[in-house]
Amino acid sequence: MPFEEKMTWVNAVVTVIIPVAYFAIMLGRLRDVSAAEITYQWPLLIAIGTSIVLTIVGSILAGIGTGISAELHGRSASDDIDRKDERDRSIARHGDLVGFYVSAAGMVGVLALTMLEYEYFWIASALYLSFVVGTLVGSVVKIVSYHRGF
Amino acid sequence: MGKPTRVTNRIRALRFAAGEMTQADLADRVGVTRQTIIAIEQGRYSPSLEMAFQIAGVFGVPLDDVFRYPGSEGETS
Repeated sequence: MPFEEKMTWVNAVVTVIIPVAYFAIMLGRLRDVSAAEITYQWPLLIAIGTSIVLTIVGSILAGIGTGISAELHGRSASDDIDRKDERDRSIARHGDLVGFYVSAAGMVGVLALTMLEYEYFWIASALYLSFVVGTLVGSVVKIVSYHRGF
Repeated sequence: MGKPTRVTNRIRALRFAAGEMTQADLADRVGVTRQTIIAIEQGRYSPSLEMAFQIAGVFGVPLDDVFRYPGSEGETS
């Protein structure tokens, strides 16, 4: 598996775990507090920060794993980790473009919520969800492209 | 995504003719990942013209000895 694909997997897994935890906690809180009163700012910032940290940790682990695998197979670890070719770049561009369109479609929903003067919590949640779904779809497109051809 | 290329290639045959060169060796010489060489061999990826020339250069043969496109044989421009 190319290192870039491993990184895409790390990104996809983190993009699923953290938002699911965030929305499970926040929607659970809505049973006791109204959307107008709910404190979402810190939980959202923590969710975003945790995603960044987990992605960095995952990248380091993927790098270590790739390095060990390369050494076991008698190759230079730097060749496997540093090498990013035109196919990797094409797949990344394609996935990012699809992810961008998905996020952009989500933004239309966010705009609608804003115009309808929904609570800030719903607007922030929709915004976060748009980014998350866009990133996830982009990652899935990249992984499928690596396996089915591009 | 998911659409097989119509470009065919003889990379596998040329590798074996070149002293059973491995996909990893070819990847190292072209400067790409082994997975990209595998994808090209299996017709899942069409390389850029530049990479195609680099691959042909490794084997020391003209480009159309490595890559073919249906209907292009014998055509002149």
